[in-house]
Amino acid sequence: MPRFESIDHLREYRRQLMAKRDANQPQVLVCAGPGCLPMGSEEVAAAFREELEKNGLAAKVVLKECGCHGLCAGAVRVLIRPQEITYQHVTSEDVPEIVEKTLKEGQVVDRLVYEDLHTQEKAAYKKDIPFFKGQMPIVLRKLDIIDPTSLDDYLALGGYRGLRKALMEMKPDDIIDAIDHSGLRGRGGGGFPTGRKWRICQEVEDEPKFIICNGDEGDPGAFMDRAVMEGDPHAVLEGMIIGAFAIGASKGYIYVRHEYPLAVSRLQLAIEQARESGFLGKNILRSGFDFDIKISRGAGAFVCGEETALIHSMEGNIGEPSPRPPYPAQSGLFGKPTVINNVETWANVPEIINLGADWFANIGTEKSKGTKVFSLVGAVNQTGLVEVPMGTTLRQIVYDLGGGLRQDREFKAVQTGGPSGGCIPAQFLDLPVDYDSLQSVGSIMGSGGMIVMDTSSCMVDVARYFINFLYQESCGKCTPCREGLKQILFILDEIIHGRGQEEHLGLMEELCNAMSAASICGLGKSAVNPIRSTIKYFREEYLAHIRDKKCHALVCRPLLKYTVDPETCTGCLACVRECPVGAISGKKKMAQEIDQELCVKCGLCYEACQFEAVKIE
Amino acid sequence: MDLPRLETILSRYEGESADLIPVLQDIQDAYSYLPKEELHVVSERLQVPLTQIYSVATFFKMFSLIPKGKHQIKVCTGTTCHLKGSHRVAESLSHRLGVEVGYTTKDMQFSLDTVGCLGSCAQAPVMMVDDKYFGRTTVDKVPKILKLYK
Repeated sequence: MPRFESIDHLREYRRQLMAKRDANQPQVLVCAGPGCLPMGSEEVAAAFREELEKNGLAAKVVLKECGCHGLCAGAVRVLIRPQEITYQHVTSEDVPEIVEKTLKEGQVVDRLVYEDLHTQEKAAYKKDIPFFKGQMPIVLRKLDIIDPTSLDDYLALGGYRGLRKALMEMKPDDIIDAIDHSGLRGRGGGGFPTGRKWRICQEVEDEPKFIICNGDEGDPGAFMDRAVMEGDPHAVLEGMIIGAFAIGASKGYIYVRHEYPLAVSRLQLAIEQARESGFLGKNILRSGFDFDIKISRGAGAFVCGEETALIHSMEGNIGEPSPRPPYPAQSGLFGKPTVINNVETWANVPEIINLGADWFANIGTEKSKGTKVFSLVGAVNQTGLVEVPMGTTLRQIVYDLGGGLRQDREFKAVQTGGPSGGCIPAQFLDLPVDYDSLQSVGSIMGSGGMIVMDTSSCMVDVARYFINFLYQESCGKCTPCREGLKQILFILDEIIHGRGQEEHLGLMEELCNAMSAASICGLGKSAVNPIRSTIKYFREEYLAHIRDKKCHALVCRPLLKYTVDPETCTGCLACVRECPVGAISGKKKMAQEIDQELCVKCGLCYEACQFEAVKIE
Repeated sequence: MDLPRLETILSRYEGESADLIPVLQDIQDAYSYLPKEELHVVSERLQVPLTQIYSVATFFKMFSLIPKGKHQIKVCTGTTCHLKGSHRVAESLSHRLGVEVGYTTKDMQFSLDTVGCLGSCAQAPVMMVDDKYFGRTTVDKVPKILKLYK
């Protein structure tokens, strides 16, 4: 990789790169994204390497381990180009057949293609799969086709073109105007207008200025930012460099959760490549502009997703938030003006500059522009990452893209926004999703987690889950959050143990009012959303726990009873081996019995039983 | 105390107080915990009081003041994993290893922890052993996974 000395040099390099590449060369693109890695994508890629070698195809066929292909339900996914054939549930055993049939003979391996669960119709090509049809990928556009460790791949798809335009044709003010005009709002949750944030920072007369990329994706159930950092790291860097040029920053930091080791190493490599080729460092592309980026690893604290807490931890302190104003744009890292945006926001910037603010502003709704990436998970058939224009309805996302609920179960709720969001019931399925509409029904956009729940989820348990999560993660600095969460958790535990009273619901709402009014940071202020939304939309479920001592979803342990059906039990003793407290007894090949006094209701026997003989009531 | 090992870590940084967390992270990675004697040296070098180091070390979840096992098991308890019964996976591991969540086995082979979210939600429940992910980990898969590391 050369060091680009000028814009023309870069342009010429790209021209030569494109001339060298043959669009018809066969490519095997193995997904190594967050969904496929745990299902063995490394083994699949290794099998391809070996098989291509064996067949003398190693030089002819390009093999890449890419970022997320989107449809995680079909992990491990493989994309074959140029035909755009997608295979799913691929294991290393399938590889010889794919090489033989598809790569050598040009045929489709039927048994590995997508099959519609309802119509049984097969779809071998990406464009025919319903999951991809309603999507508009901007941030995810390159993820399934580039090798995230190759700068050439990024350049070949127009990478660093936005930076080129920003440095060559635009003044800092023009860039901020463009971002402002595009209507881009922060994708981390709050939805603050990005252009306005940059302007505030630019106008502060203080030096040096800093840029931070918030990659502390802590919301459980969300993995958009992980997929982007791992799958298209240069897009994040390019966005940050453009932002730094616009506000006049000389140093940037990417704050990544330590739970994402692959994201850290991919970004590190991308930074080194960018330095080597002159996109980072002194005198970027000979424009006279200096800027460099460092990675800062998080140390495992959810509250550090909050910008002031994040900044404190980067300064070497514990991650406690501080009251705003002053906002980081005025006084941030080391007391200096700092623009902090999340990963997806930064990844949108290069395309906005490249294709223009008008292009972006034409996508989405009146107040929410562009697209949003969601991690669609939970009880839907087609789980994965989706990117849709703002204003797409929940129904479209859950049913058209997600293929409806597993086993055609009844939809109960969709949870958005992580622990700071709420549970949205079926009556709002036709709600167009944007920042403001989600807020109007008691949830938030958050970073983009979208967890679909069916009737097997208990909403009291869901509320308790989030409150317990936040209770563990609250930094403890301010009383409303620290004590409020503790009291709400105590009440929820009473309800779950069958000791709840109806007055408890009002009491929790009262605590919520105090917390949202008086907490210092977003963690405490929005911690009330899981409670408020579940009480408002699922009051009956709370009442069933309180009045009837029943959890109809069969989730809340203390209200359950596990028994063995003597008719179905084969006496295989799988449950006996699993039971941690020795509560199950009986002779081999005879029906077993659970001692209710000893049973801790952990459910291990239920899961271990292959014959569905363990019953819950 | 293994001073040369610590020096290698410290030499990567400029010795400013803002380097505290990265230095502690490197020590945690290299030693699998934060040894007391090493922290005294860090305190002197970075000019950060030991009380602040203690405060940081106990605030963030990645740090441990006691040695961790050879293999680190992390069970995801993110929302999707929770809904799909990750607590049962954690309980099964705890039962099989004979150790509570948050602790290390006597033979120092395994540390068992739960984490907020590993970001592989589509394959819930997910667990990690060291840097390797395991998806759709039902209770019956637990013994097979453990066997890989025994």
